[in-house]
Amino acid sequence: MLAKRIIPCLDVKDGRVVKGKNFVGISDVDDPVTLAKFYSESGADELVFYDITASFEKRSLFTDVLMRVASSIFIPLTVGGGVNAVSDFGRLLKAGADKVSVNSGAIKNPSMIEEAAKIYGSQCVVLSMDVKRVNGRFTVFSDGGRVETLLEAVEWARFGEEHGAGEIVLNSIDTDGVKGGFDIPMLKAVNEAVTIPVIASGGAGKPSDFVDLFKSVDVDAGLGASVFHFKEIYIKDLKVLLKKEGIEVRI
Amino acid sequence: MIAVVDYGVGNLFSLVSSLERIGHRGKVTSDISEIMSAGAIILPGVGAFRDAAKKLEDSGIGDALKKAAKDGVPLLGICLGAQLLTDKSFEFGEYTGLGLIPGKVLPLKDYARGLKIPHMGWNSLDLKAESKLFTHINCGDFVYFVHSYFISAGSEYVSSTARYGIDVTASIECGNVYGTQFHPEKSGEVGLKILKAFCELEKS
Repeated sequence: MLAKRIIPCLDVKDGRVVKGKNFVGISDVDDPVTLAKFYSESGADELVFYDITASFEKRSLFTDVLMRVASSIFIPLTVGGGVNAVSDFGRLLKAGADKVSVNSGAIKNPSMIEEAAKIYGSQCVVLSMDVKRVNGRFTVFSDGGRVETLLEAVEWARFGEEHGAGEIVLNSIDTDGVKGGFDIPMLKAVNEAVTIPVIASGGAGKPSDFVDLFKSVDVDAGLGASVFHFKEIYIKDLKVLLKKEGIEVRI
Repeated sequence: MIAVVDYGVGNLFSLVSSLERIGHRGKVTSDISEIMSAGAIILPGVGAFRDAAKKLEDSGIGDALKKAAKDGVPLLGICLGAQLLTDKSFEFGEYTGLGLIPGKVLPLKDYARGLKIPHMGWNSLDLKAESKLFTHINCGDFVYFVHSYFISAGSEYVSSTARYGIDVTASIECGNVYGTQFHPEKSGEVGLKILKAFCELEKS
């Protein structure tokens, strides 16, 4: 049976891993390669790297990090951040990424999803979405959650699927960094509207949050950042708990 | 030397790195004489069957692979590379494969009804037959899949399956020709053990 995936997410700035709380207040955590190895050995099913480097000049630092990570661990790697053109897909895939996630870049230029899928295949095109409730409407935000768009989450997810995205990373800004559990209603609304795999993100604070997630919504994976980086949750222990709860995981 | 066939399809970085990790040198090549003189050959691949099959045919690599397979050189196809070993695919039409293992490639959505497509993630292997590829692994071990089409082949060619609505073919083999639908280079320690078992078949 297909296992539910547990995915640590690493935000990388200038070649170092950082974490965010509601996208504000960044603090240094650790070295990307060391963390990647640690996670791979402790049972992570996949890793997500976001390049949050602001300056174009320092972007090559990320490519270096990626190459070092990709040659030292052998689980799938999804990378994103600063993906604004189809050529970014080529750059990242060449450096060892298996999937490339696109967020604001696709909002500004939606045809990019289809172009990338045609060239590189749907399996490596991930649509990443930051969603926040605005007057009760699941609204998509761009630019790291700072800019409100006119897009509604379910419609945007469907658009992505129809145009060749192979997976969706669905992040709730409302629950991100709060550690009070995943945003079940929002995840449910979007997950039920698409037939491609969905990775739930935002809000993981304790192991039982993942149990609630997988028991409430048929998402494919749960993503977490600081809870793993600060070793508040050990992936091995988390998977033992999930298995005990009858949820299929890779142990 | 293990030839990793480069025909412009897919990312070979992880595959070469994982071979290095298990102490084997994978030579990325599109050179026919180099492929023909290899002790073992790996045929990777992602993307569409049609384009890949055409590239193999146009470049002459397809014929070289057939010849090497006939000469007993161990050949491993991975993902689309495994699908290319079969007779034909029905992905966006009907296209001919290398015909090294009897079978055909069908759309998973018509069989794994109600399930998400692609079949993406870690699934457990149900080992169906003795295989040299499985020397170092166990039934139930997890490997990483990403695919929307699957191989339908006679049970005598299917060495393992994974449950996803149906028993999806996870690996096929016929003599010295092997194929894995999953990605051993992305399947952690289990994947490295499968690659190691294949590399041990290398002819000197």
